[in-house]
Amino acid sequence: MQESAISLAINLITSRDADLFEIIALSLRVSLVAVFISLIFGLLIGASLATSRFPGRQVLSILVNALMSLPPVVVGLLVYLCLSRSGPMGWLGLLYTPTAMIIAQTVLITPLVAALSRQVIEDLFLEYKEQFQSLQLSKSQQINALLWDSRYSLLTVALAGLGRSLSEVGAVIIVGGNIDHLTRVMTTAIALETSKGNLPLALALGLILLCMALLINALLATLNFSAKRQAYA
Amino acid sequence: MKNRLIRTATTSLLSLSLCTAIGAQADAKTVLIQSTTSTANSGLYDYLLPAFEQENNIKVNVVAVGTGQAIRNARNCDADVLLVHAKAAEEAFVAEGFGVERFDVMYNDFVIVGPASDPAGIRGSENVQSAFRKIADNEALFASRGDDSGTHKKEMSLWENAGVNAEASGKTWYRSTGSGMGATINTAVGLGAYALTDRATWIGFKNKSDYQILLEGDTVLFNQYGVTLVNENKCPSVNAESGQQFIDWLLSEAAQNKIAQFQIANQKLFYPNAN
Amino acid sequence: MHYWQRLTSVQNGKLMLRPFSKGQQRSFPGFVHDDQMGSERLCHQLRRTQLSINSVSFNTGTTELLRNVNLSLSASGITAIMGFNGAGKSVLLKIMHGILQPTSGQVLWDQHPSDQEHRLSQAMVFQKPVLLRRSTQANIDFVLKQRNTKNPKLRNELLSRVGLLAKARQPARLLSGGEQQRLTLARALACSPSVLFLDEATASLDPASTAIIERIVSEQANLGTKIIMVTHDAAQAARLAQQIVFMDSGTVVEQSCSNSFFNGPQSAAARAYLEGRIYKSDTHEQEQ
Repeated sequence: MQESAISLAINLITSRDADLFEIIALSLRVSLVAVFISLIFGLLIGASLATSRFPGRQVLSILVNALMSLPPVVVGLLVYLCLSRSGPMGWLGLLYTPTAMIIAQTVLITPLVAALSRQVIEDLFLEYKEQFQSLQLSKSQQINALLWDSRYSLLTVALAGLGRSLSEVGAVIIVGGNIDHLTRVMTTAIALETSKGNLPLALALGLILLCMALLINALLATLNFSAKRQAYA
Repeated sequence: MKNRLIRTATTSLLSLSLCTAIGAQADAKTVLIQSTTSTANSGLYDYLLPAFEQENNIKVNVVAVGTGQAIRNARNCDADVLLVHAKAAEEAFVAEGFGVERFDVMYNDFVIVGPASDPAGIRGSENVQSAFRKIADNEALFASRGDDSGTHKKEMSLWENAGVNAEASGKTWYRSTGSGMGATINTAVGLGAYALTDRATWIGFKNKSDYQILLEGDTVLFNQYGVTLVNENKCPSVNAESGQQFIDWLLSEAAQNKIAQFQIANQKLFYPNAN
Repeated sequence: MHYWQRLTSVQNGKLMLRPFSKGQQRSFPGFVHDDQMGSERLCHQLRRTQLSINSVSFNTGTTELLRNVNLSLSASGITAIMGFNGAGKSVLLKIMHGILQPTSGQVLWDQHPSDQEHRLSQAMVFQKPVLLRRSTQANIDFVLKQRNTKNPKLRNELLSRVGLLAKARQPARLLSGGEQQRLTLARALACSPSVLFLDEATASLDPASTAIIERIVSEQANLGTKIIMVTHDAAQAARLAQQIVFMDSGTVVEQSCSNSFFNGPQSAAARAYLEGRIYKSDTHEQEQ
């Protein structure tokens, strides 16, 4: 079955199957946008937690860390309940759209970005702290400098977020509905083919998903990423 | 230069997300169907819907879940049309005011599948009642949907007929998977267990291994699909006009003939009976 | 080998090992600065008090790091703070700079508590260079930009002053230890400080980098910047400072002009320190 899956994967790609490319494009679009929005919120939360000292900060950090293991299905359910026509945000008519999937994935990834970036930024902050105080940097100047200086580590955080969102199925299948040509992404397509018992095709799609992840990571590696990382980390 | 690069990336991603949000609301004429999985997984919609979409310029979106969840989603107003196979539950849905009216669309039947070795010897049983008793008596493995779907509801009624309380605790031979039809058959194949499935899913299923239909044809295995328009009065967001248009089309002679012609591996999957 | 045998001086940026006669080895006059009289005169001229430390104590829960420190420092010149490890020198420096708050007592600059503006005119070089993960020049630009004085010409001047112009575009954290510390000094100067703190800034540097840093510190003092430095290098203190503050066990035990300090320290602790003996603070308390 494995061999047939590999040849099937190659066939799918070389035959330029339009449906496949549509699904890949949607997967990438949903995940990239979700990661982008998660970075905005997650880095803000992470940097605030890393650089602030207030009562309850520790508790909040633990909470954010714990939220990393939020089950996608639960996130999907919560977002479904919000976006459902009978839910508080039902009037937006977003359920079963890519936007709903982006929202669910953003909720899912933001804690991951926040928790990982908090660790990265906090380590750097401990090193810079006295120097920052000496230079009289404002809070925002400090956070800007920390974010910029940990950019290579934060890129890895973003990649972790992208990995989680690209591979996630539980949340997007609930809020997206796996509607053909509208909300079907790689993972929901794999789930569908598995439920049809079409295991080689499911496996082939899984291989293609893996290749996508490889391609993205290789792309970043070629941007002189590792060399710069060494010089500036 | 670095900053410009970041700014460009940021802007493009932002516009991408905006486009995504707007794109979702641009298509005004759509019908959202909450459907059972068998009709979707068998490929019936792929076969049937393009004709309707072209004729009427209405996009049909199908969310395929178990019948139980489909009805729950429709109750939350997250559907225009409900197409499932649990007549009693559908009628309750209409009676509570969520549905306008339920129509028969088509039928097929359930079958009991199992490994060729047939450990409980149910092949050739005179009816489902005796076959289920044999499974229970032999404590042969049985994989159940366990997800409140139409098939699960049917299965529960069959156990009741057989006088077996299958879901009672302590019955290690009875495995409730809590998953969809395909996943349940995959599990059954893995375990060597019997399973109840609708014929459409079975015919379309690709991971059969040595599994066969061991029992079919009992009248209690009749499987009726029905369609219901979600009630505008309960759910103002419903696109009643397009939904009704879809139902009218589905019950029309043309569509019914198309359903009758739908085949996989030279086997008919659904028998139209809209009358 | 005693500390005074390592005594060096800097001439034209070159390091000179100072020759000494046998008779000088056992007595403190060996420390006499080249322009001994000039330094002495300068020390006594520094009358105007800029910085007053009034009854400052600092403790971290269990340990008392500073006990009732009283100190007045002049507005210009170089003051070296010396003392054994753990005497509280760095803590005092950080309290002066305002990056640590005293548990009790006050730090007054011209009789006023330090404010935002005054603190912007202070800069500090730490023992361990903390550099941003950017290029050498970006580290300077960062400070210039923060102070709205971003200017490539000024930046290049600063870099060439510390001999790093050729490495302006290299990642700062790949510089050698000495180069890194020179860069932090250049960055401190980018603040155009009226007060410059140095916390054992040359402690782990090679002689060449030490010489460059000492030269710039002297130049800066001549330009009117008040220098307050913590150092363990008695020779360096003798070369640079006009005034020595000696600390022991969290308190100031001696404050004198450089020459009189090195010629005849008043406190037993300072004597022990200069002779390289281990000094127990309990004996010090008995003496008091």
